[in-house]
Amino acid sequence: MAPHTELLKTLGGDGDQPDSVEFSDVNKRWGDNHVLRDLNFSVAPGEKVSIIGPSGSGKTTILRILMTLETPNSGVVTVGDRILWDATVGKKVKETKQTRATRKRLGMVFQHFNLFPHMTAIENVVEAPIHVLGLSKEEAYERGNELLDLVGLKDHMKHIPAQLSGGQQQRVAIARALAMRPKVMLFDEPTSALDPELIGEVLGVIRRLATTTSMTMLMVTHEMRFAREISDRVVMFDQGRVVEQGPPEQIFGNPTEERTKKFLEIVGV
Amino acid sequence: MTWDWNFVIDILPSLFRGLRLTLIITFSAFGISLLLGLIVSVFRFLKIPVLSHLLNFYVSFVRGTPLLVQAYMAFFVLPYYGIILDPVPTAIIVLGINYSAYIAEVFRSGIEQLPTGQWEASRALSLSTRRTWVRIVIPQATRPIIPVLGNYLIQMFKDSAILSAITVLELLGTGLQIGSRTFRYLEPITIVGLLFLAVSVPSSLLVRRLEKKYGTAH
Repeated sequence: MAPHTELLKTLGGDGDQPDSVEFSDVNKRWGDNHVLRDLNFSVAPGEKVSIIGPSGSGKTTILRILMTLETPNSGVVTVGDRILWDATVGKKVKETKQTRATRKRLGMVFQHFNLFPHMTAIENVVEAPIHVLGLSKEEAYERGNELLDLVGLKDHMKHIPAQLSGGQQQRVAIARALAMRPKVMLFDEPTSALDPELIGEVLGVIRRLATTTSMTMLMVTHEMRFAREISDRVVMFDQGRVVEQGPPEQIFGNPTEERTKKFLEIVGV
Repeated sequence: MTWDWNFVIDILPSLFRGLRLTLIITFSAFGISLLLGLIVSVFRFLKIPVLSHLLNFYVSFVRGTPLLVQAYMAFFVLPYYGIILDPVPTAIIVLGINYSAYIAEVFRSGIEQLPTGQWEASRALSLSTRRTWVRIVIPQATRPIIPVLGNYLIQMFKDSAILSAITVLELLGTGLQIGSRTFRYLEPITIVGLLFLAVSVPSSLLVRRLEKKYGTAH
């Protein structure tokens, strides 16, 4: 991969600090299913955090609430010094102007890529910068080209998603999220839907972002070795609560909680 | 009564003029029904309180009454309220409105087939509601319903014959007019049938090919 030093420097920072993330007493329920229980959880600006835990434990819900794809039932969520969700108990939670403005500071990479199938790779990348950020076409395409080059897809710009492998599609999706200049990047099991031989290329891109940019990164993953390698902190999550958290060496090497030990044993770490 | 080829040659030009008008009415009405159908389906999705009920009523009303009754209403009843239109525009509007209710349902099925991931990606990129519909939802919702829309177009072509009842000289209307003038119905009505067939059979084959290309929507 080419150096892209200048481009990488602009990601997350861009003259301005990356954002912190904070959940205060956040609850999320679906009927009887209490997905997040009084969650208190924060991420420092620029910190790379991996969330691990059994499926159905609410990990993905954390990212979805941040991306405003779900509404919490109660609690407060802030991104930097902006309130994303203000859901004090008893008050009906609603998306506000502030929510929409704050959402623009976040980018998300989905498990199933969710590329727009009727648009080429480059069109996927420039759509939002042109129509949401108000960039000129030239500017958006120029930056879009650089971002696709960064993820190693310079030669696939004019391909539609159906002509790309899963790994290539996910890399386009990463470029698309980066094009919005997010301060915080959310990765929701970015390699779970991929064939084993394609996982490496996607992890390679994420690793590069983790090690060379100042973006705050929050990743839900089942790739334990990868989480250990790139994270500043690993959070073990189960049944709507943080079970244990700490530096990767501690969580993987010397976990204190029984739940964590059991989970790591099951997934074979 | 025996088949008279000379008579056939005499009446063919006017029957072709009738076919031409049938095609004009069909395509114009189809354009109206696509536009109205799309607007109705999108606004029903947006769930705007009062408007939503009005649109549901619109769809039930249009689907619940016969096309012929709607045509009579427009042509014979509306003039009492000062709304007077020529037969051809009336035919186009009535047919367009009638089909818009069905096509709104077709669009709805297309929109409902869209994976939630597409809505979520649009939201994650902060695309506006309008932008999401215009650039993401409608283009993708339209593709799988193209064959169904093709079938509606053919059905509309045939249904347009009903409009002879409000004095429109489309294909059937022309045939009937020739019959009442000459007291010979054998040739004009037979040719009317054959002309309808000559258009709808190849069109159906085309739709079948579209189904192979785009897949069926239901």
